[in-house]
Amino acid sequence: MRPSPWARLFLGCSVAVIVVWSLAPFLWQVITSLKPPAEVVSVPPTYWPSSPTIASYFKIFENRPFGTYIVNSFIVALGTTVMCTGVGTLAAYAFARLSLPGGKWAIRAILLVALFPPTILIVPLYKLIKAIGLLNNPFGLILPYTALNLPFTIWVLMTFFKQIPKDIEEAAAVDGLSRWGTLLKIILPLSAPAVATTGILVFIFSWNEFLLALTFISRDAARTVPVGIALLSGVTIYEVPWDQISAAVVLTTVPVVLMVLAFQRRIIEGLTAGAVKG
Amino acid sequence: MKDEGTQVWINWSFAVPALVLMGLVNVIPIGQAFYFADGFSALPLDTRLVSSLKNTFVFTLATVLIELVLGLAMAMVLLKPLPGRGWVRAAVLIPWALPTAIMAMAWQWIFNAEYGVMGDLLYKIGLVSSPQIAWLAKPGLAMAACVLADVWKTTPFMALLLMSGLANIPDELYEAAEIDGAGPFRQFCFITLPLLKPTIALAVIFRAIQSFGVFDLVWVLTGGGPGGKTQMIALYVYDTVYRYLDIGYGCTLTLVMAGCLALMSGVVLLVAGREEA
Repeated sequence: MRPSPWARLFLGCSVAVIVVWSLAPFLWQVITSLKPPAEVVSVPPTYWPSSPTIASYFKIFENRPFGTYIVNSFIVALGTTVMCTGVGTLAAYAFARLSLPGGKWAIRAILLVALFPPTILIVPLYKLIKAIGLLNNPFGLILPYTALNLPFTIWVLMTFFKQIPKDIEEAAAVDGLSRWGTLLKIILPLSAPAVATTGILVFIFSWNEFLLALTFISRDAARTVPVGIALLSGVTIYEVPWDQISAAVVLTTVPVVLMVLAFQRRIIEGLTAGAVKG
Repeated sequence: MKDEGTQVWINWSFAVPALVLMGLVNVIPIGQAFYFADGFSALPLDTRLVSSLKNTFVFTLATVLIELVLGLAMAMVLLKPLPGRGWVRAAVLIPWALPTAIMAMAWQWIFNAEYGVMGDLLYKIGLVSSPQIAWLAKPGLAMAACVLADVWKTTPFMALLLMSGLANIPDELYEAAEIDGAGPFRQFCFITLPLLKPTIALAVIFRAIQSFGVFDLVWVLTGGGPGGKTQMIALYVYDTVYRYLDIGYGCTLTLVMAGCLALMSGVVLLVAGREEA
């Protein structure tokens, strides 16, 4: 049955409202970042920059260590992604395919641990990171980020590995491939899409994480972008450089926006696989 | 051929790096919290604890309820066949994917008392008498700002969870209801809602736990102010440890928080379980 014109109009309007609601706060930052400093603080606010300029984008690199923050964030996010997918693939393969007495209980325990927000770990974890001397070190973030993302990674990859027909592996074993050989030459190529999906989600998480980055890193040159921006301020509290802040907000969110545009379907699959089946 | 015992050990060794890391980061710290916890006798007299727990409960209840309603509406729209559905879904994912702390700065700018666009918009449509509204300086408004920013951020996730639940409801049920003369509203009440209940329960537990642990959004947006009126339990823990340098009491507060979370998930699981039976 074809929907009536009214139903279609209603649907169209709902979609428009949803899209505007989702993008508006971000677009407002884009508009603000293109205004000259005097126009940023005009009352009432202008809804389009009268003479658009990208001067504020240069200022954040010249006056502030914004480039350093970005590099730090990339190191931490990429390091976490590589480590988490590597370690997670091994574990997921073991749980999906190898005979592990007690493996089911281990998986349940892992999922239970994952339920709790990292906020409750922060104090004791700080003591631990301090004790092993990793404060102000990218590894002081990469290690906990990896651990926090492992439950999700293992779960999604395990679900995927289980769907690969066992015959393929048995044939490989007959041909004399070892467990390692099977994992590297058969399973991994087949599950590249699932590994990529978890990798994308882990990258986004690590790029965005704030609490651990705030507490474990106190040296400005070692900070990641979210903390760097949140602590960005003028000489006095009355002098907040909003043009620069919005430029920084836009630049930091661009990698994430591009990833969402490119991998929308994978992200949705990964999120629903990780949460609903758990 | 190796004997079976050795093989089991070799198999487990694949999982060892992951298990060691998770043990180190997720499990040992919990044990440490019990070990270092100190100052339990101060708990009943701690008025800041009471008020931050109250704030956190209000925040959690408000965000999860609003997200559930908006997320359900969003999910139902996004499941319809639309031209350019991929783009619409990508747009919806953006709030979820953007860094919370950074978007909290964006919200601070939107809610700015003098130059903020929120006040100007409300003034232009005639809802308020002056565009200058001190959103973040008034207790009720500051909490509303936190709730709005969180709802914006996490509704997409809720919508995604509910979408996968909605997609599992067989179409035949709706077709049969249509033949029996049930309108869209009755279909929603008697088919969609009951069949979606397990998904809703799961999504609510998941989101409530995350919401209860909220830190970055509120820390950046209001800093817990004005006058501690948006101070959440996680901010209190942070303050205790990093401002007052009292790690022992920080661990005690962490345990209180973990207890609340365990209680919350227990209650929701119990309610969901009873209704299913």
